[in-house]
Amino acid sequence: MSEFFHMGGYAAFVWPSFGITAAVMIAIVIDSWRGFVRERDTLEKLQSQRAKRKAP
Amino acid sequence: MQTLHKFANPARFVRMSSALLPWMAGLSAVLIVVGLYLGFFVAPADYQQGESMRIMFVHVPSAWMSMFIYSGMAIASATGLIWKHPVADLMAKASAPVGAGFTFATLASGSLWGQPMWGTWWVWDARLTSYLILFFLYIGYMALWEAFDDPQRAGKAAAILALVGAVNVPIIKFSVDWWNTLHQPASVMKMDGPAIHASMLVPLLTMALGFTAFYIAVVIVRTQREIMARKVRTLRMAQVNQ
Repeated sequence: MSEFFHMGGYAAFVWPSFGITAAVMIAIVIDSWRGFVRERDTLEKLQSQRAKRKAP
Repeated sequence: MQTLHKFANPARFVRMSSALLPWMAGLSAVLIVVGLYLGFFVAPADYQQGESMRIMFVHVPSAWMSMFIYSGMAIASATGLIWKHPVADLMAKASAPVGAGFTFATLASGSLWGQPMWGTWWVWDARLTSYLILFFLYIGYMALWEAFDDPQRAGKAAAILALVGAVNVPIIKFSVDWWNTLHQPASVMKMDGPAIHASMLVPLLTMALGFTAFYIAVVIVRTQREIMARKVRTLRMAQVNQ
């Protein structure tokens, strides 16, 4: 098991490569989802305000 | 062309892409897990590069994605400019941060691979320099979208940059053949077939497909967000005008 993590002496290069790629992809997912939710909430708020104004 | 027209209607785009989203997200997760397993436990260490070769399984798919996404943005930008396709510009805008992220990951993993194999983190040769320009093109494209108050003008300026910058994509691809470089030449996408053993090729392609599904999933979410943002803008303008 420790041999696996040692990566034939290249651990300091292999793991950060995978780590940085994973971090970038996770950050993209979080940013995409947060942006989606924020925009959806704003749109719903505006639409309900509009509906209220239209209804007498 | 028929399907392109179907996607031109934002409401239909939202409906169709929402149906696709869970499949792409699931497919991406499965392929990446399988790819990692094959890459770490089935693929042998390289006889020259040892275990450091495993960096390839993230470096190469990220690099492919960054160039694939940029090409897609250029095509979407042309579609937006010529046919005034209402979703094309938004898809290009939604893609840019994803492409920039993959470009950054490629530069980082490339550096981490270059240090043990070439003895240097960075070299100003044709491949690395043209690839760094791709990163700046992504940044410039995103900055242009933010630089105008009018999204229509911003989209047009950004689309022109995406199209002009597209010339860099073949330069990156062929830089390893046209100039002397430390970077190794293509070993998968070549005319006479891949020069890489199946035990390494299969995990590489699995990861690449997983990254592609990942991109499709996040670009669906991001494009839908842009469509909503446009509605928000229209509603706010209507409020002001009342």
